[in-house]
Amino acid sequence: MSQPINSLLVLLVLSGFVLLSSSRLAACIRVVAFQGVLLGLLAIFMQDGQLNISGVLLPITTTVVKGFLLPSLLFRAMREAETVREVEPLISYNLSIISGAVVLALALWLGDRLQLPSQLPSSLLVPAALFTSLVGMIVIVSRRKALTQVLGYLALENGVYAFGTAVALRLPVLVELGILLDVFVGVFVMGIAIFHISREFDHIDTDKLVALTDRP
Amino acid sequence: MIELLILIPACAGILAFFVASDRARRGLLISAALAQTVLSLGTWIVWPAPALGGWLAEDALGRLIETLTSVLFLAVSFYAVAYLREEGSQAHSDIEEGFIFSNAREASFAGCLLLFLAAMTLVTVSQQIALLWVAVEATTLASAPLIYFHRQHRSLEATWKYLIICSVGIALALLGVFFLAVAATNPDGSTIPLTVQALRLNAHHLNVPWYKAAFVLLLVGYGTKMGLAPFHTWLPDAHSEAPSVASALLSGALLNCAFLGILRAQEICVAGGLADFSDRLLLGFGLLSMAVAAVFISGQTDYKRMLAYSSVEHMGILAVGVGLGGAAAFGAMLHVINHSLTKAMLFLVAGNLLAVYRTKNTDGVAGALSVLPASGVLWLVGLFAITGSPPFGPFLSEFTILKAALDQGQTLIAIAYLAILAVILAAMAAPALAMAQGTPTEHVAMARPRSMALSVVPAMLGITVLVMGIYLPPGLSRALREAARLLR
Amino acid sequence: MIAVSLIPTVVAAALAPLMQGMITRTKSVIAGRTGQPLTQPYRDLWKLLHKGAVYSQTTSWIFQLGPMVGLASVFLALTLLPFGGFPALSAFSGDFVVLAYLMALARFFTVVAALDTGSSFEGMGASREVTFSAFAEPALFLSVAALVRQTGELSLSPALAAVSPSTWRHAAPMLGLALAALMIVFLAENARIPVDDPTTHLELTMIHEVMVLDHSGPDFAMIQYGAALKMWLFASIIIAVAAPWHSGNRWVDTAVGLMGMLALGIATGLVESTMARLRLLRVPQLLLVAIVLSALALAL
Repeated sequence: MSQPINSLLVLLVLSGFVLLSSSRLAACIRVVAFQGVLLGLLAIFMQDGQLNISGVLLPITTTVVKGFLLPSLLFRAMREAETVREVEPLISYNLSIISGAVVLALALWLGDRLQLPSQLPSSLLVPAALFTSLVGMIVIVSRRKALTQVLGYLALENGVYAFGTAVALRLPVLVELGILLDVFVGVFVMGIAIFHISREFDHIDTDKLVALTDRP
Repeated sequence: MIELLILIPACAGILAFFVASDRARRGLLISAALAQTVLSLGTWIVWPAPALGGWLAEDALGRLIETLTSVLFLAVSFYAVAYLREEGSQAHSDIEEGFIFSNAREASFAGCLLLFLAAMTLVTVSQQIALLWVAVEATTLASAPLIYFHRQHRSLEATWKYLIICSVGIALALLGVFFLAVAATNPDGSTIPLTVQALRLNAHHLNVPWYKAAFVLLLVGYGTKMGLAPFHTWLPDAHSEAPSVASALLSGALLNCAFLGILRAQEICVAGGLADFSDRLLLGFGLLSMAVAAVFISGQTDYKRMLAYSSVEHMGILAVGVGLGGAAAFGAMLHVINHSLTKAMLFLVAGNLLAVYRTKNTDGVAGALSVLPASGVLWLVGLFAITGSPPFGPFLSEFTILKAALDQGQTLIAIAYLAILAVILAAMAAPALAMAQGTPTEHVAMARPRSMALSVVPAMLGITVLVMGIYLPPGLSRALREAARLLR
Repeated sequence: MIAVSLIPTVVAAALAPLMQGMITRTKSVIAGRTGQPLTQPYRDLWKLLHKGAVYSQTTSWIFQLGPMVGLASVFLALTLLPFGGFPALSAFSGDFVVLAYLMALARFFTVVAALDTGSSFEGMGASREVTFSAFAEPALFLSVAALVRQTGELSLSPALAAVSPSTWRHAAPMLGLALAALMIVFLAENARIPVDDPTTHLELTMIHEVMVLDHSGPDFAMIQYGAALKMWLFASIIIAVAAPWHSGNRWVDTAVGLMGMLALGIATGLVESTMARLRLLRVPQLLLVAIVLSALALAL
């Protein structure tokens, strides 16, 4: 069953590149939502045909939360912040794509180095997960708007979650739901904070939030 | 009974959002804090039974930090009630820039305080590593609204930095938890359950490279939450912009809970024989935190930021203590208590000073001893206590760590430790004396008297710190030794 | 047999302008017009061959050499390509490198001839063309390298022949990525939307067309024909990967290949009709994406 998994992973990697090169906020939010859906599908395919109710419920919950609920929260935050709907990065898009390529090479190398105890259905699982996390961190660091920082955080979480799915962790259901709940409430709180920031500052550029510094 | 420890503050917190009357809500806050403290002290008499199949249980380490958190919360809640009564519900004018701002709803403040307590308690009683993670993330989310109590742009900036930096750090910690789960997979495919107990028992069967990577990620992730350099950048902003009630809890309780996450990983390292690796990392980050704090405390003109950097320094001391191991671990456990009590007292006193002097600048405050006698004395005494002067508690714990370092032959580390402490003492003593002495300005000297509780609570904390420096109850000493044994 | 290996080259030489006609016809039909007849490109070539050439006094012999070398290189490159079931005229280890270099030679001479005129428009077109090709060439190399690595053959003919439906079953993601990268390179190298608009008449927006602005008569005919051959070249690589049909009978395979070329022509026409041209600043990003896709295909 490695063909569907491979295709899903390639889509995950490509979505990371789209996230890096997109200039429209709405497109970035949809990419992160798409990643959430991919993760749900990946979790289902990793079960290798032994589908039971509990095994399907959690991926479906993941898909619903990450693919629909969280993006709707973010779209609402984007609308209420009344900001320019462009990403406005700190480094150019070309440089973002190149750094994505470098990070992909890094992730492939790391995936090679990390010897997993059991055989994985695809050799691309761990690199794709690490790549998504690293792309999330690049987005957080190289983007100005608070909303894109939240998107980077979500991409980071998606990558970590993908790693968990890759090594087929059988964490107890309670814990998985707890993690999802945490991410959901986290994005909820961040969305509220973005709304307050836009109201307070008339913009959501975090590189202009420099009132608190230490003057040595 | 363990579930009650979490359920009481959680239910009270949710209830507080819906209670309309201010007086009833404040009563709810105090009664929940009292109930929590009584339960915590009860756990010292009889060990509570584990719950949720062993996921929630109290061991020596957890019980120590849980009780400390509850007691601190009780003290701070008394202060909070008086503080909220003084703040009132009208708009305020900003201290530094003069614009008008309002506070958040008191209901959300009180509710978030209680939910914050519930989340911290969950951290201390979690024995399952992933549940611990969920709890730590929950503390971030519960405490963010507390920082944004004063609705103005600086606290909003601090809240945003806190949210993003801590969430990213904790996401890395989640990756660490997953790495740990991989390390806990035996070659034949069976897994070791992710409880601290099970992992310690099977520590020798853990996959070493994966476990080392997991430890690094957990250290980085929870270290961000704890305030270790170089991940501490959110700390000065958040702790200085939050109201003093929140700062006291953030510095005094939350940092310990984040430290607990690292300590659980350290326990397993020690049990698995990887103590050398983890000790070196802890020592490195600890000394770096102390050094960074020393750099930023020197010449600091904002006294709340100064206290925040002091928290970074003390978290560094804790890391150094645990990294040294042995008697230094005992010192570190003692220091957890001393630092929490002293720092909470200092933040509460700083709140008093801020309310009267209406400036956060150290140059703007003078003559505290004459204007606010109790707070002035406590400020001076507290700053000396936190920098390690005898006869106060922190001196005892810091000295224990120093002695252990010398006993172990780590003279370089001991010299660096002592040098940094000296620098910080010098850097903090000067503003402390300047703020306490001198003649106050007119408008300050005629400030109206404020509620008694605002001085009584810090005074009680101060007396406790003094007592801890002179006399260590044998029961407490035994409990500290038991906790330190897990980290040896 | 030499005669059999001549078939791909002969087919290409004969049918290349038809592909151009196909694309133009598709665009017209989608726009609601009837459009040019499919054989219009042949008539254009015939007309141009019968016209006289005008040479500017500022140009030198390079200007007259450019189109000739361009056509010759593309024609030589064409002899390296198989089509349908027939192998290429010449095939040896590493011939795909020679292919890329022959294309580069053609591009170089076009650019040099454009610069030779001393006109600023041609210079602008030359600089754009060279920049975009600098990005497109690695993508081409990497995709072909991915194919070569997958099939284990170092020569283009056997490599393309080795791609079969079973290869798709094993390595669909890799082939899909390589195909996507090759499509982007196809659109870029043949001056199609979204990289360049072949029907624009504003010189400032041109990339390829402006370089050949000053050529006329037979020279221009050579350039047009060379462009058609270049398009056929890229298209046949794409069809060999996208529609690998090995039924055993070579003629059937060739027929399938021809249908594939037709389909690619229609698809290109569709792409050109539905997409808008990219801002010039975004073209390097698109080509970077192509490089990344092909690098990923190589890594898989």
